[in-house]
Amino acid sequence: MRINSFFYTLRQGVRNLFRNKWFTLASIATISACLFLFGLFYAIVMNFQHIVKNAQEGVAVYVFFDDGLEDSRIQQIGEMILKRPEVSRVDFVSAEEAWESFKADYLGGYEDGFTENPLENSAQYEVYLSDVSMQSALVTYLESVDGVRMVNRSELVATTLTGVNALIAYVSVGIIAILFAVSVFLISNTVMIGISVRKEEINIMKYIGATDFFVRSPFVIEGMMIGLIGAAIPLGIIYTLYNIVMEYITTRFSMLSSLLSFLKVEEIFNVLTPVSLGIGVGIGFLGSIITVRKHLRV
Amino acid sequence: MAVKRKKRSTAAENEIITLTNVCKAYSTGAPALKDVNLHINRGEFVFIVGDSGSGKSTLIKLLLRELTITSGYINVMGYDLSKIRHRKIPKFRRNLGVVFQDFRLLKDRNVYENVAFAQRIIQKSNKEIKKNVPSILAIVGLAGKYKAKPKQLSGGEQQRVALARALVNKPTVLLADEPTGNLDPKNSWEIMKLLEQINENGTTVIVVTHNREIVNAMQKRVVTLKRGVIISDEEKGGYIDED
Repeated sequence: MRINSFFYTLRQGVRNLFRNKWFTLASIATISACLFLFGLFYAIVMNFQHIVKNAQEGVAVYVFFDDGLEDSRIQQIGEMILKRPEVSRVDFVSAEEAWESFKADYLGGYEDGFTENPLENSAQYEVYLSDVSMQSALVTYLESVDGVRMVNRSELVATTLTGVNALIAYVSVGIIAILFAVSVFLISNTVMIGISVRKEEINIMKYIGATDFFVRSPFVIEGMMIGLIGAAIPLGIIYTLYNIVMEYITTRFSMLSSLLSFLKVEEIFNVLTPVSLGIGVGIGFLGSIITVRKHLRV
Repeated sequence: MAVKRKKRSTAAENEIITLTNVCKAYSTGAPALKDVNLHINRGEFVFIVGDSGSGKSTLIKLLLRELTITSGYINVMGYDLSKIRHRKIPKFRRNLGVVFQDFRLLKDRNVYENVAFAQRIIQKSNKEIKKNVPSILAIVGLAGKYKAKPKQLSGGEQQRVALARALVNKPTVLLADEPTGNLDPKNSWEIMKLLEQINENGTTVIVVTHNREIVNAMQKRVVTLKRGVIISDEEKGGYIDED
């Protein structure tokens, strides 16, 4: 393609946006609506996952040792636990640290009656999991380790979090499937409008001797620009909405925000921006290719 | 039915359009053209006439390679149209100017852009386009209206734009499908004079028409179709009354 043909094609693509104002607006609105739903859903799901992940990270298994177990064996057990793939972190809490923590939490300055450490045998490992669904497998393993006296865990929390995780996965798949079906329906309708708008124009071009590439290029550029704008609008709206909602939650429900931690807007948009723009441009590209192809065989 | 022919040169090397035993049937089964044999030489001016349903439009569509033949052989400007590949069709059409009854202009572009479009397709430089388009618009008498949009022009003017677009790439063959069908007698004559002028400059011109008065007055070669069959092919013919 010669350079002036390239610029001509580019210019025509941009001009097409304004030539068919209603078609352009309808297409942008369709893509925006689909990507708005997608973005909104993504932000909600990501926050859910973040909250669940935080909760999971707080779930620990406590490992207590046999009386008088040597420090070297305790050290060895710690290294063995850390090698397990489901384990993310292992913290050692000595008997003294356990007593200090207990005093601070429950006695509040009334510990004078204690002359010895009542938690003498309470040196322990706090084992944190990267995948809470593996908790019972880990506990079975730990109970079989020589030198381990007792393993404490909260089964209810682990089961609940595993259930929530699975639920989020199912709901995500379900909503993505619905969104996809709605998008295909809306976009195919828009493409049908595009076909009737374009038919005569494409026929004329073909009769004059335009190649498929020459006919297609301005429409493809137009489609990609529609996709780009159609993606940028919901991104802008979601960005603003997200900030407003986060500010509202932090100020009005400070209790809630201290319990649950939400993702920062940047963390959401680092992924959402390229994905949405990619989907928008992709839809525009494919939509225009399909629309034009139907009429190229003239 | 016997085909009448009068003194027509048949020098094969000069032939630009050849149809041999061409048949075209639509999917409905109705034959549109039956066993058509037609030879047109370089530089000829030919009228294709006939009633509605006689196969005129089908013939034009075959020459444009909008349709493919059912059987036989068709060659236009050296292209065997029954075998031409899809990607070669644009190149073939660039040597073929086409004018339609309904003008088929790009409505959202002005006169200049409609004509320049044909030049852009063959990748002419902006410099050449700026030289060629005003020149062809002057020939068709629209030099002063290059900024006008098609809807701001009369039917005759729109047909001139279509003609300018068809001619700007200097085609070897010009196909005109009912070019005066939507025009009043005065504009019809002006368009026909332009077509005659184009033909005198060496372009082969094929005009499909219903216009009896023009056909009879111009005394050109006339090919008459009836129910898909050529019933007459006369060197300086007239419109045949079928009644």
